[in-house]
Amino acid sequence: MDMDAVTLSIIASIPEIIVIVGACVLLLIAPVKGRRFGPLLFWSSLATVIAAAAATFALAGEPRLVYSGMFVVDDFSVFFKMVFYLATGLCVLMSPRYLEEEDIARGEYYVLMLFALAGMMIMASGLDLLSIYVGMELQALCIYVLTGFIRKEKRSNEAALKYVILGSVSSGIFLYGLSLVYGITGTTQLTDMAAALSTGGADDPVLVLATVFLVTGLLFKVGAVPLHMWVPDVYEGAPTTITAFMSVAAKAAAFAILLRIFLDAMAPAAEIWVVVVAVIAVLTMALGSFVALVQTNIKRMLAYSSIAHAGFVLLGLVAGGPDGVASVMLYLLIYTFMNLGIFAIIIMMNTGDVSGEAIEDYAGFAKSHRGLALLMLIFLFSLAGIPPTAGFFAKFYILVALVEQGYVGLAVIAVLLSAVAAFFYIRIVMLMYMKEEARPFDLALTPSLRLAIAITAAGTVGIGLLPSWFLDLAQGSQFLGIG
Amino acid sequence: MTDIPILSLIVFLPAAGAGVLLFMRDDRVVRWTALAFAVVDFALTIPLLFAFDTTTYAMQFTETVPWVPSLGITYSLGVDGISLLFIFLTALLGWICVVASWEAIETKVKEFMICLLVMQSLMLGVFSAMDLFLFYVFWEAMLIPMYLIIGVWGGKERVYAAFKFFLYTLAGSLLFLVGILVLYFQGGETFDIVTLMEGDYSFTVQAWVFLAFLVAFAVKVPMVPLHTWLPDAHVQAPTAGSIILAGVLLKMGAYGFLRFSLPMLPDASQYFATMIQVLSVVSIIYGGFLALAQVDVKKLVAYSSVSHMGFVTLGLFTFNAKGVEGAVLQMFNHGITTGALFLFVGLIYERTQTRIIADYGGLMKIVPVYGILLCVFTLSSIAVPGTNAFVGELLVLAGAFGANKAIGAAAVAGAVLSAAYMLGFYRQVALGPAVAMGGRGMWDINAREMAGILPLVVFVFWVGLYPKPFIDILHVSVEHLLVQTMGR
Repeated sequence: MDMDAVTLSIIASIPEIIVIVGACVLLLIAPVKGRRFGPLLFWSSLATVIAAAAATFALAGEPRLVYSGMFVVDDFSVFFKMVFYLATGLCVLMSPRYLEEEDIARGEYYVLMLFALAGMMIMASGLDLLSIYVGMELQALCIYVLTGFIRKEKRSNEAALKYVILGSVSSGIFLYGLSLVYGITGTTQLTDMAAALSTGGADDPVLVLATVFLVTGLLFKVGAVPLHMWVPDVYEGAPTTITAFMSVAAKAAAFAILLRIFLDAMAPAAEIWVVVVAVIAVLTMALGSFVALVQTNIKRMLAYSSIAHAGFVLLGLVAGGPDGVASVMLYLLIYTFMNLGIFAIIIMMNTGDVSGEAIEDYAGFAKSHRGLALLMLIFLFSLAGIPPTAGFFAKFYILVALVEQGYVGLAVIAVLLSAVAAFFYIRIVMLMYMKEEARPFDLALTPSLRLAIAITAAGTVGIGLLPSWFLDLAQGSQFLGIG
Repeated sequence: MTDIPILSLIVFLPAAGAGVLLFMRDDRVVRWTALAFAVVDFALTIPLLFAFDTTTYAMQFTETVPWVPSLGITYSLGVDGISLLFIFLTALLGWICVVASWEAIETKVKEFMICLLVMQSLMLGVFSAMDLFLFYVFWEAMLIPMYLIIGVWGGKERVYAAFKFFLYTLAGSLLFLVGILVLYFQGGETFDIVTLMEGDYSFTVQAWVFLAFLVAFAVKVPMVPLHTWLPDAHVQAPTAGSIILAGVLLKMGAYGFLRFSLPMLPDASQYFATMIQVLSVVSIIYGGFLALAQVDVKKLVAYSSVSHMGFVTLGLFTFNAKGVEGAVLQMFNHGITTGALFLFVGLIYERTQTRIIADYGGLMKIVPVYGILLCVFTLSSIAVPGTNAFVGELLVLAGAFGANKAIGAAAVAGAVLSAAYMLGFYRQVALGPAVAMGGRGMWDINAREMAGILPLVVFVFWVGLYPKPFIDILHVSVEHLLVQTMGR
């Protein structure tokens, strides 16, 4: 590597550098005790995210292939990084009051969140199985710790332990698949892998094995059946802000590498994995939708709902092609808005003695808080996929991609299962609007939480009514090798 | 023709009204504002009727704006003779619903009126959308306000009824969505309804898409055996909700057949015609018998709807001009008559707080004006000559006999049944000795209520005695539809 290449590499990774430096600076401030440092940490993490977003925006355009082809800044990674910034920024906005309520206002919280963000960014930009793996582990390790952040709460500890053990196993499986792929193709670079695979060997039994291992490792990260068991426990136990963060950002990052690995590197082996992924997608949707019906804790319900959504998104991967990729990207963007909207409201309900986690807690909410109930109604109908909300357009576009590729049967199954899923969303609407309130509502509504709710609501309604710009953005942000 | 986007204005005026209501506090002001918006909206449809050119089947008053260009989705509105009639009906029932809810809705008046106006916008949108995606958005979005109207302001079992309504309709419409997408790719990646009508699809595609559409439309109509949500929804919904359901929502299923199944899928429509005809006759007779057995007056009217809508679907699938024109006219008539019957049930329920038929008696003696007007609509429901339903049913039956004698003969039995249950109902409620009824006491129809009823009475006799203006509006569009369905 000569000097120019090093300079170019550094320039291309400026957003990552900003986030990591920001996290390190926060790490220095974090141990200092004092009242004024809470807001300082909050503002500096927001500033870091915004600075990184600005840098990423400036780098968008021509693809930059740097670090000897291990790292790429293309429109695809830029799109995903924007989703991560959005998710991280919104989760930071939701945090301060919640951290005080739960008595976990410690500096490391923001530090870990930023490191996780850096990991996700590396995942989205990784063009080599090794750099992807490094990013994935950085992200995962931070989230393991954040899950167990409520130290005095047993559920939180248990969730963290479960997550660490299962997560490590899945990482190990992924790593093993990676080594097998290296054995077959002699490379870990995605583009070289595609070239090596397409010149033959697609029916090699070792390749099948390697594919299965990679699929397994990655499907664990998105919480697909049968590797979904950790999701409800971890979502329930983790601090709600972290649950929100995981459910959108970590999931989007996992899908980013799923898309890159399967539709780019593994595309020549498509006949091996398409059927597997299609079956898993259907099972995931079915299990998520049906089990969510009987939940009484809203975080668990949203965990199963996120499993169901992951199943739906996997269908976009099955469809493949430019529309398939764009539909997954658009879905994840829209899911970020609507799911964080719901979580913002759950966090707002968390005050003192009331955790706001039981679904029954929402009974009669519409009586005293018309505006907030209306927003919650919009988020719920969006998750259920009812127009004119953004959630409908997200589902619609995945169906477009499916039918375009001739998977009409899958589309039918998908819509029928989403009718099942609609039930548990509108059940909450029913509680809010059609039941008497059990107790007066006392909300932890801070200005930053208000802002988070306003942004998510604007996104959910705005993309629903005017999807065109976002659709073109997703369609225009493909990686090379697609289309 | 002017450049004013009159259809957009008609469609979105009620929604704008809902937006205005958000900022109001006093219930009185809310009611009057909602009424004002609904009446102005209705008034806007009248120049539309006069400016409408009855000599062409082409879409009129069209507006097209690109919406999602990369997928070929446009925001485009337009009307032909068929949709015009329903826009008029929807706008008419819209303000009648506001009048009907004047005193019946006592809690959360503002929210109710907002739901009602939003609903109004979406229904008008369904009838004027010329883009399949836009149509679907309007069609599906209706679930939200309707779910709230039934679930929040309904009767005792409202939550159950609202869920059932929501899930039935949702499951049906989602299959419709997949069908739309299949057509989209077969028809050259466009959602434009007129273009899709011209497409030539293979029989296999047509058959599957037809079945997907059938589920969605049969739930909405509703056609036996997918009708079970209707009685629950009707019984639990507040009066205005029932009027909307019976008057407009049920029409949408039949409108779907007219607008999509017949012209876009002609071969499949003919292939499945016998099946639909049989299901329609089953709906007519089964619905009639169920109506005969009801003790709850709202259920009686609900099942009579099932029976009457059977005539509509029967007429549509006869594929002759008489049958189809009769069916469209019958849709309009059913909106007027059943809307009025639900209004009457609502009025009396406000006074007595009971819906059990046996609790009533001798209303003619106690409230004579109510009794006489109820008689008008009862006769209209039975399709007595001189009333609106007679014209529609006669045309449908004529069409049915033309298509298949056995089906026609069976449908006539349904007409007899409707006389049996409606006359039985009327005898118990209005005739005989006066019975003391509880509740809030009795009073005859007041000026406000009369204002809502009179236009409906006018239409009962107008269509009954001089249907020509209505048939003129329809005629060219129906002819064109038949060419599309049969002429290939």
